[in-house]
Amino acid sequence: MGSRGRGAIFFFLLPSIAVLLLLFVYPFLYGLYLSFTTAEGAPTFTNYIRFFSDPYEARSILVTLWISVPATLINIGAAIPLAYYMRHGLRGEKIITFFLIVPITLGTVLISEGMLTYMGPVGWLNQFLMFLHIVSAPVRFTHNYLGVLIALIIQGFPLCFLMLLGYVSGINPDLEKASKMLGASQFETFRRVIFPLMVPGIAIAFCLSFVAMFSVFPSAQLLGEPSGPTRVMSIAAYHWAFEAFNFNVGSAISMTMAAIELLIISGVLIWRNRIYKGASIVGKG
Amino acid sequence: MQQKKLKLSGVLFIIVIIIYVGNVLGILFTVILDSFSKGWYKGPLPPQLTVEWYAYAAHDHNIPQLLIVTFVVAIGVTLISLLVAFPAAYALGRNEFKGKALLLSFFLLPLIVPPIAYGIPLAMVFYKFRLATRVIGVILANVVPIIPFMILMLMPFIEQVSGNLESAARMLGAKRFTIFMKVLVPLTLPGILTAGILSIVNTISQFPLTYLVSGAGSQTIVVALYTDAMAAGSRPMQAVDGMAVIYFLITMTCLVVALRFVSPTQMVFKIK
Repeated sequence: MGSRGRGAIFFFLLPSIAVLLLLFVYPFLYGLYLSFTTAEGAPTFTNYIRFFSDPYEARSILVTLWISVPATLINIGAAIPLAYYMRHGLRGEKIITFFLIVPITLGTVLISEGMLTYMGPVGWLNQFLMFLHIVSAPVRFTHNYLGVLIALIIQGFPLCFLMLLGYVSGINPDLEKASKMLGASQFETFRRVIFPLMVPGIAIAFCLSFVAMFSVFPSAQLLGEPSGPTRVMSIAAYHWAFEAFNFNVGSAISMTMAAIELLIISGVLIWRNRIYKGASIVGKG
Repeated sequence: MQQKKLKLSGVLFIIVIIIYVGNVLGILFTVILDSFSKGWYKGPLPPQLTVEWYAYAAHDHNIPQLLIVTFVVAIGVTLISLLVAFPAAYALGRNEFKGKALLLSFFLLPLIVPPIAYGIPLAMVFYKFRLATRVIGVILANVVPIIPFMILMLMPFIEQVSGNLESAARMLGAKRFTIFMKVLVPLTLPGILTAGILSIVNTISQFPLTYLVSGAGSQTIVVALYTDAMAAGSRPMQAVDGMAVIYFLITMTCLVVALRFVSPTQMVFKIK
């Protein structure tokens, strides 16, 4: 421990720091550099101006937020009560968690591809809804905003749920008992005891889920209208970098994307620190 | 005890889970059925079954090559990341030092910055150094999010091993490397196994980074599936579904193996 000395610690940390400097920090700085230069290397702001002044391009920021924020909120909103309900374990818990982990493992590409068939005009879902007379004509689930949103919910919900389950099942059950013994109702116990203890978990789940939703790429391409209503920032950045071969504008969009995301995440973490003043009664987390 | 109160919430819980699971199963089963179907334009079940779409997909793609690349990438990423991440997790799990919190947040960054945002500049750098479109480039790109993931996974496992064991081994004359191999590695084997399996599962389904840096000969199966689905106009949907089933079988096999060693809640991040 202490006897190990600074040199040894540094030696152990060196490989990982070196790899990340080389493969993460350097490319990122290179992208930053590209975003502020012309193709010839002269310093300029034109890449950003080009992106922000063109309504078609700049709109992709709103499109991205308009998809990722509702998807994240829906996922978190559904995951909190469900994780709370399952906090002491349930019969069939293993099967439920298995089915939740399947979409995470499969990844967005397969889910989006499968949705094209399943939710298409003659797919099972529309057949089923029409059979139940819930709808009279096939609903358009694919190639629009709705399709992307559904894909993100299918993909993101299990992530939020399992993460929050990890937190909520780590809360000492005695706290709940104590609160009930002191006369608090179930709802009050949730609001005053469980929820505040879940806040750090919610904040992390929100951030990680938001990261995943914010960089939505395959589902927006496959299930949305990538040239219009679901032209998210990642599609715009990809288009400029690898279809128009303008690495400078492509980098500018990538950097804007990272900046917006880090801004929102820091906002959430500040909120978390305000609410959660660090009482670490939670066993694991 | 409070049967009445639990009933409504219980029913709601079951309804939500059934809707969710039902749709996921619906997606998976239509993909599987469609890949074996012929002339399925309406009705709940295909009128005729066929395997011709698999022949089509096999003709369309070099499937053995896709599988080999996928596994080489997954295993390569896992081995490199373990070698790099284990010492770092050891240093962070065993020591308190100035700047540790800062270093931890540095390691978190690749998990928080969207892969597309750093993947695009990364791909440009790789094109510059001729690493892109090669398998080694795909491996190196995928290492970026896996190393921090592994450091965070391994730290608690290392913290659990008592430092006294190492001191004892040292007193008995063991060299540092011997301590590492004979004491630390065996005792943290469950953690190494967990991190390794999750890394394989994650890498197989990792899309954006692989997509950005891979080329014709270094595609993994998920990228091939995506390009197929994007160009759905030029090939029958059933053939795309056939590729999806091949991909599905691989990931599900990995998942079933993984679940023998790890619990589902371990498969998502847990950060303080």
